[in-house]
Amino acid sequence: MSITVERIWWRPLDREEKIWVTIALIWCLGTFFMMPVWHVIAKQNTPNESYKVSVDDFEKIVIAFNEKYKVREESGVPVVHPPAGSDIYLAGTGIWQWSSILELEAGKEYRLHISSIKGGGDVAWQHGFSIVSAKFNANFMIVPGYDYVLKVTPTEAGEYGLICNEFCGIGHHLMAGKIIVKG
Amino acid sequence: MAEQFRTCPTTGLKVHLPAETLIKVNAVAAVVCLLVGGLAALLILLTRWPAIHLLDEEWFYRLLTAHALDMLIAWIIFFEVAALYFGSTVLLNNRLPAPKIGWVAFILMVVGGAFINYTVLVGQATVAFTSYVPLKASPLYYLGIILFAVGALTAIGHFFAALVVAKKEKTYEGSLPIVTFGLMCAATIAVFTLLHGAAFYIPTFLWSAGILPHIDPEMYRLAFWALGHASQQINVCAMVAMWYLIATLTTGAKPLNEKLCRTAFLLYVLFINVASEHHLLVDPALSIWHKIVNTSYVMHLAVLASMIHAFAVPAMIEVAQRKKGFTKGLFEWLKKAPWGNPAFASMFISLMGFGFVGGITGVTFGTEQISIIRHNTWSITGHFHGTVVLGTTLAFMGITYYIVPLIFRRQIFSETMAKLSPYFFGGGVFIFANAMMFAGGYGIPRRHWDVTFAGAQFPFQFDPTAFFFLALTGLGGLLAIIGGALYVLNTVASVFIGKKIQ
Repeated sequence: MSITVERIWWRPLDREEKIWVTIALIWCLGTFFMMPVWHVIAKQNTPNESYKVSVDDFEKIVIAFNEKYKVREESGVPVVHPPAGSDIYLAGTGIWQWSSILELEAGKEYRLHISSIKGGGDVAWQHGFSIVSAKFNANFMIVPGYDYVLKVTPTEAGEYGLICNEFCGIGHHLMAGKIIVKG
Repeated sequence: MAEQFRTCPTTGLKVHLPAETLIKVNAVAAVVCLLVGGLAALLILLTRWPAIHLLDEEWFYRLLTAHALDMLIAWIIFFEVAALYFGSTVLLNNRLPAPKIGWVAFILMVVGGAFINYTVLVGQATVAFTSYVPLKASPLYYLGIILFAVGALTAIGHFFAALVVAKKEKTYEGSLPIVTFGLMCAATIAVFTLLHGAAFYIPTFLWSAGILPHIDPEMYRLAFWALGHASQQINVCAMVAMWYLIATLTTGAKPLNEKLCRTAFLLYVLFINVASEHHLLVDPALSIWHKIVNTSYVMHLAVLASMIHAFAVPAMIEVAQRKKGFTKGLFEWLKKAPWGNPAFASMFISLMGFGFVGGITGVTFGTEQISIIRHNTWSITGHFHGTVVLGTTLAFMGITYYIVPLIFRRQIFSETMAKLSPYFFGGGVFIFANAMMFAGGYGIPRRHWDVTFAGAQFPFQFDPTAFFFLALTGLGGLLAIIGGALYVLNTVASVFIGKKIQ
């Protein structure tokens, strides 16, 4: 094997190479322009509203919200039915549970605030907010100290699974809850 | 000085003996890590296969953490260090300027790796690969990663020093060979990547030791992915360099246009880092335009680089094959390629797998809307097994079949095992990665001990089809593990009891 490489290798491209690079470049430009273009025309985008919030303050907000709108309990977890179109609050807790079961109305837009609280545990972890159903799934990050606001309009009545999909410690796989949508 | 060199009888290359020893120890350490990581892979695979569900949750998360660190960090970086020493000495007829520094780097990496594995296995660092704050490991864990990174940086500095020495002592003529050039690009990316690592692993170490009171979790995520994703570009760069090397060694091919190939390497260095923000597309705190610019604007120039290599490597093989007389039709050159040579088979499967399984899915999942559907599902795990396992790991396995005879001066222990390994491994990972991606489409989460949610308050039942893909992942994974075991056994047997080559 020779290791001698010409010093002058800065030669023009052949026809095939030019064609390939041109096609590849056009394709790359296409995908590049699609990112902002699709952000404008798409109906479901990544939410762009978030706030810094202390973990303790968010916990107080969640407790007050749950107390105010609680309609019943399921296995000790409050089922919360807030007014249609209001600001609603949901947190992943330090003991690997969701702060409530939200009961929403189909066709109404809500401002869903998600964040992480201690909720009786020692630490407010990072969680993955993952809505799962037979038809679709949607995933967002829950980061302690940040209030992430998702604009949500449930379209179909039914029960939706709510699972954590970011590793948050030893109880991670038990963190399954639900969201109920009334027709 | 002269007695420190030997001349390789096969290639006529001058081999610097202290460099050779360092290449050997780093390569051996790499394969040991692959073995440990592979055992962990088998156990977590059999746990995520719902029909078997082998480990308890405690051990599952421990071994998941160990698997990622031993594979993604230890196996790949040890191997890259061996490749860097090879590219800067053997390929350039050059010497390693300070072998003692090479040993310091090696010892730092071994000690760091030992700290990491110890803390993870005894349960003091069940934090997954990303160790997202406020998950907390013992300080020894972070110290282990810092030591490993300092060792790797030292080795990289040594590589650059060797390039300077080679230039000064005029050990080669003309420009750097393209393989060394590619490795130099990998080393450049490694420097800024590992410095990003220092920017958050050091504060996190201090936080874990109780010295710093608080680490902002979102700040951590931003800084982590500057290491976590950009470090994968070191692997991409080193893997592509190995493609060029293997193509030349197995078919005698030469790059058709060095300007094109080298420009493509340069595009990786310049544009890949910001793309790491696609990990944060569904995070709070960062504005959407910040996310879009970072994930689209420049990532696609790095994609262009991969598109160029995807053309240039098969093209140079085609030209070399046609020169040998395989000119019938469009594809005789490919049909008559040396498919029985494990290095060639590994390289070509790596190339196709990296592009079609890992690359395309990476670009797709990294868009704003699709990220909402795929973020943190098993699809992501499928994607990066396409890039790092089917791509990088298989390419590194391929070059081993040349390193063993050239550097260890041993014959490959079993030709049959060598021939079978890339097909088992490549085929297995192909099935495994694709099945994972389909399962993720149903919302199956990554890093999850039990997707049946037994014992949870409100268990969610996934679509039964998802469980078909979970089982398929298990089967594909077993095939891959057979291929990997063939590789590890064969390599270890070759190094220790293979026939000596004089």
